[in-house]
Amino acid sequence: MNISLPLRRFTAMLVKETRQIMRDPSTFLIAFALPVMLLFLMGYGVNLDASRSRIGLSVQDSSGAALSLAGAYQQSRYFDVRAVATVPELKRQLVAGDIRGIIVIPQDFGREVARGGGIIQVITDGALPNTASFIAAYAEGVRAGWAMARVADSGYSRVPPISVSGRFWFNPELASRNFLVPGSIAVVMTMIGSLLTALVVAREWERGTMEALMATPIGMSEFLLTKVIPYFLLGLVSMTLCTLFAIFQFGVPFRGSVLALFVISSVYLVPALGQGLLISSVFKNQFVASQVALLTAFMPTMLLSGFVFEISSMPRIVQAATYLVPARYLIPQLQTVFIAGDDWSLFLPLMAVLLAFGFVLFLLCVRATQRRIA
Amino acid sequence: MIGFRLKATIIKEIWAILRDPRARLILIAPPLVQLFLFGFASTMEVNNIRIGVLDLDGGRWSREIVERLAGSPNVKEIVPLHSDADLRLAIDRQRVIVALRFDPHFSSNVSARRGGVVGAVYDGRRSNAAQIVSGYIERIVGETGAISLPRTPTAIGGSVATHWFNPNLKYLWFVMPALVSVIAAVSVLAVVSQSVARERELGTYDQLMVSPLRVHEILIGKMLPPIIVGLANVTLFVVLLPTIFGIPLTGTLSLFYLALFFYLLALAGIGMLISVISATQQQAFLGMFAIAVPMIILSGYASPIDNMPAWLRVITWFNPPAWFLTISEGTFLKAMPVGEVFSNTWPLILIAAATTISASALFRSRME
Repeated sequence: MNISLPLRRFTAMLVKETRQIMRDPSTFLIAFALPVMLLFLMGYGVNLDASRSRIGLSVQDSSGAALSLAGAYQQSRYFDVRAVATVPELKRQLVAGDIRGIIVIPQDFGREVARGGGIIQVITDGALPNTASFIAAYAEGVRAGWAMARVADSGYSRVPPISVSGRFWFNPELASRNFLVPGSIAVVMTMIGSLLTALVVAREWERGTMEALMATPIGMSEFLLTKVIPYFLLGLVSMTLCTLFAIFQFGVPFRGSVLALFVISSVYLVPALGQGLLISSVFKNQFVASQVALLTAFMPTMLLSGFVFEISSMPRIVQAATYLVPARYLIPQLQTVFIAGDDWSLFLPLMAVLLAFGFVLFLLCVRATQRRIA
Repeated sequence: MIGFRLKATIIKEIWAILRDPRARLILIAPPLVQLFLFGFASTMEVNNIRIGVLDLDGGRWSREIVERLAGSPNVKEIVPLHSDADLRLAIDRQRVIVALRFDPHFSSNVSARRGGVVGAVYDGRRSNAAQIVSGYIERIVGETGAISLPRTPTAIGGSVATHWFNPNLKYLWFVMPALVSVIAAVSVLAVVSQSVARERELGTYDQLMVSPLRVHEILIGKMLPPIIVGLANVTLFVVLLPTIFGIPLTGTLSLFYLALFFYLLALAGIGMLISVISATQQQAFLGMFAIAVPMIILSGYASPIDNMPAWLRVITWFNPPAWFLTISEGTFLKAMPVGEVFSNTWPLILIAAATTISASALFRSRME
């Protein structure tokens, strides 16, 4: 009886915590509604792939060549020609954002082409750098294709002296969705692990129920465990939901094993929960804890984990900061398990780092909690 | 004229926000951290590229291509690979984003005009970066191909690209004005959404009810201080962006501030709606979170609204940060004229009116 007492105490606490979470309506909001919403937004709202750009044409020449090139732009699947007008009018539309680029076919274009030249001008909206470089590249592509076709018509055959035969491994259709959706699962687990935990535990501190619990004979590590285990399970449930959604709603491939996915996720939840718990025991105030969790857990996971933005392209100092973001070590694992398959030699070192993070965070947590009591 | 009670309640609310040192820190530190850290992190450019090369040819043209790649400013390192297995591993482990493979007869094929083919394997897990890198590689290979011909008979024409508003296409010039819109949204929503909910949870809500304050006085008192905080944050950015980051400020500031006021009012209205509906601070925070995340994702900050499906673009019409992002980009980069600023401001005025009116109606109905 004496031996089983700690165990009974532990289970009793665990049951109590689990019930408390299940009764809270906000649990369902954050564990089910928010993840699904986030997945939808990432799946449909964030599209980094090239799509049709709205442009305006200014044709200042009436030669056959100019008109046929204008026709090539109108038929291109990369462009949506919104207006054919003068440059000042198109400039107004560019400032207003109605179009993103202007293609100017200048006077004498026809005569220049006949002489073997013919330069067009491409004006883009530099305020959107990505779209601008896309338009510049594809406008040149359409023009070069058109020129090539004219050369071919006039009897030359032209094989490019060197060409590239490119293959995109793992994601041949190049859908950015295929890496954004698995990446969102990292964000979802951060939301549950750090944000929800920080918020809920801070409320207990704020209301004084934490001290009441600590007055019970339960040990510190036991106590932290009972707080954390229900959220751990909630995180896994939510991750499963997201995975099903990713596969069946968005058609994201899943080439790895379910076991690997669960191991990876479980390991990640350790530092995530540790961080949430630490924030709540340091700040003990819901408003501050929520803001700190937002700033140190949610935002870095969105922006510094390599999920949307390439880490290698960031300035050196920011790159250094990414090493402190646990999600940085999760994103490659998730992307690999979804798109490429199991690769334990990639997973294991990253998992070790995450566990080390978790260990340090929990250690800090125990220290922070003890100090508060004293 | 401003009533005595209104003045008193505004002063009280400002103190309530500024009293707690930790809360004070939360109002000032995050916007600055976000600006510096996230501003620099949000880049869609691809730099510091690592390219793996498996050169089974070792001839003139393969070396020419590799040298040209190594000289490109976006390329950080050329990683020599020794076998196909090595190549596979380098991609699998994400050591390189692309691996080029030159066949043993590559250079002789090029010299004999049989058309040389460079094999390229990209890491599709990073599809966006891989696509951009493939653009670089195609260009460099094309250039090398062009010089391999003794004389180019058909290099006809070309195009000259001019990038208005941002001639060097610096991504930072886009991100910073966009962040102004995003950061203002987050800070105003966070503070306003807590306001009424906090009073309700702590029990001071009833005290507020029995005070002689009218509903509109309570609401103005709750909404004005966060708007002032938002104005202060944005003003800080308006000063920092041109001075520290060298981003041009070409538009009219008075117009910008007029639009900003309605933007902050619209945000405060949304925050107040959340706060009035919520019974606890936790609900208010989660409500704020559930609104703020889609607002940011659908603002055009993470990816252009142009790329979204039509039904989602319709939703962005109701999204204040999307409108203000256009105004902010326009004011900083495009010297946006009055007409354009106004056509992006009136939706904000409508949203502000709709949200503040419905928040006060809800507040009133909850009083009974």
